[in-house]
Amino acid sequence: MANPRDYLYTKDHEWVRVIDGTARIGITEYAQNELGDVVFVELPAPELIVEEGEGFAVVESVKAVSDIYAPVSGTVKAVNEALEDSPELVNESPFDEGWIAELEINDESQLKDLMTADEYDALLEEV
Amino acid sequence: MKNTPLTEQHRQQGARMMNFHGWEMPVHYTSLVEEHLCVREKAGLFDLSHMGELRLSGDTALATLDRLISNDPSKLEPGQVLYSPLMNERGGIVDDLVIYREGDGFFAVVNAANVEKDERWIRDHLLPGTTLENISADTALLAIQGPEAETIVNTAFACDHGSLGNFRYWDYVWNGIRVRISRTGYTGEDGFEIYVSAGAVQTVWNMLLKEGQPHGMQPIGLGARDTLRLEARLPLYGQDIDESTTPLEAGLSFAVAWDTEFLGKAVLTKQREEGLGRRLAGFILQERGIARSGCTILDGQGSPIGTVTSGSMSPSLQKGIGLGYIQRPWNKAGTEVYVQVRNRQLKALTHKGRFVQGKK
Repeated sequence: MANPRDYLYTKDHEWVRVIDGTARIGITEYAQNELGDVVFVELPAPELIVEEGEGFAVVESVKAVSDIYAPVSGTVKAVNEALEDSPELVNESPFDEGWIAELEINDESQLKDLMTADEYDALLEEV
Repeated sequence: MKNTPLTEQHRQQGARMMNFHGWEMPVHYTSLVEEHLCVREKAGLFDLSHMGELRLSGDTALATLDRLISNDPSKLEPGQVLYSPLMNERGGIVDDLVIYREGDGFFAVVNAANVEKDERWIRDHLLPGTTLENISADTALLAIQGPEAETIVNTAFACDHGSLGNFRYWDYVWNGIRVRISRTGYTGEDGFEIYVSAGAVQTVWNMLLKEGQPHGMQPIGLGARDTLRLEARLPLYGQDIDESTTPLEAGLSFAVAWDTEFLGKAVLTKQREEGLGRRLAGFILQERGIARSGCTILDGQGSPIGTVTSGSMSPSLQKGIGLGYIQRPWNKAGTEVYVQVRNRQLKALTHKGRFVQGKK
């Protein structure tokens, strides 16, 4: 599964899709494959204010627990409630139906610290 | 890292490999959950060649073993298998063993992480006239587990295993290969464990994969082995039991023979007379989440009453399950307790017995 070209990426293998000042966040194909079967996602509380780099959600596979870090500072405006009953969406559709949360972005200048799809592809070449 | 004779096969089959106590072992081939359910519904094949095997022989082998284990090896006859904790003088568990009675001694299967420790411990307690051999390197171990296991081994070895009872074993020669097959396992399903020489295991593995395929059998990694044993409420050494836990605390009193003398018996006797302060108890989470090893167990007022030793999502139940040492009286089945998972306290009910029953 190719990494979508219009998304941004972090070194922690999260993706960010920016739509009208909102950052939709999920984990990449590489990350879901590393984790294995996702069986639980701890979603953040609505209106939670998070700082860039702060853990604000947790994705758990049978064997592993993985923190989801805020790629930018912001306020939680939406969470993917479908993951409560169907956490496997993170495995099946990591870039689309398996999204985790949406943040209202505080400071758009933080986006320039994220990787482009080309840069993220290059990172995956190295691992 | 150490390899089993099958490591290269696992890699070629696309297994994800992990470091398991210094052994390069498959964690899963396809998906942990898929492999888990395959064993519950059909059958699975495991490479367990990392496990250790020790052999005790000589006139005093029985007396040596009797003193070291809490169970009673004296009633064991050739062809029979016994589970027992290996004890220290403090009543703690050095390891848990599966012991095969042979014509002239005993064959003990030990946990991979404990081979050197167990060998040293037994050697330090050998009676004159007992010989101890570590045959781990020459001995490979496979397991085939699941409701289809018997059908598959019957076809594979051209032999009817229907009359091989639980905790019984047969030795025979198949196609020039010496095979030891026992009706034992670590999944809660019917199944077999198969010992062959390290040199012959590739032939047997490939043959079993081929014979099992029409029955839906798949190779299974250590990831599903752990969730299968947890659903069957079987303790794992190093997590649920260790040198600081006694067989009584761990719920292994079925493997304590009070009419024999063994290391640490005085400690167990005292515990039996005074009552246990804590017991290993199972629990099922009543809300979404997963308890992990090390999480604190709380009572309804938020006071700590125990610690989780194993925890996972149960692939069969689709709920969080676990084991932990819980103070009396909260260990009693059906008690409402809470597990601290990050900043949440998840409600759980303590549970007696297996979480999931085998199909046969």
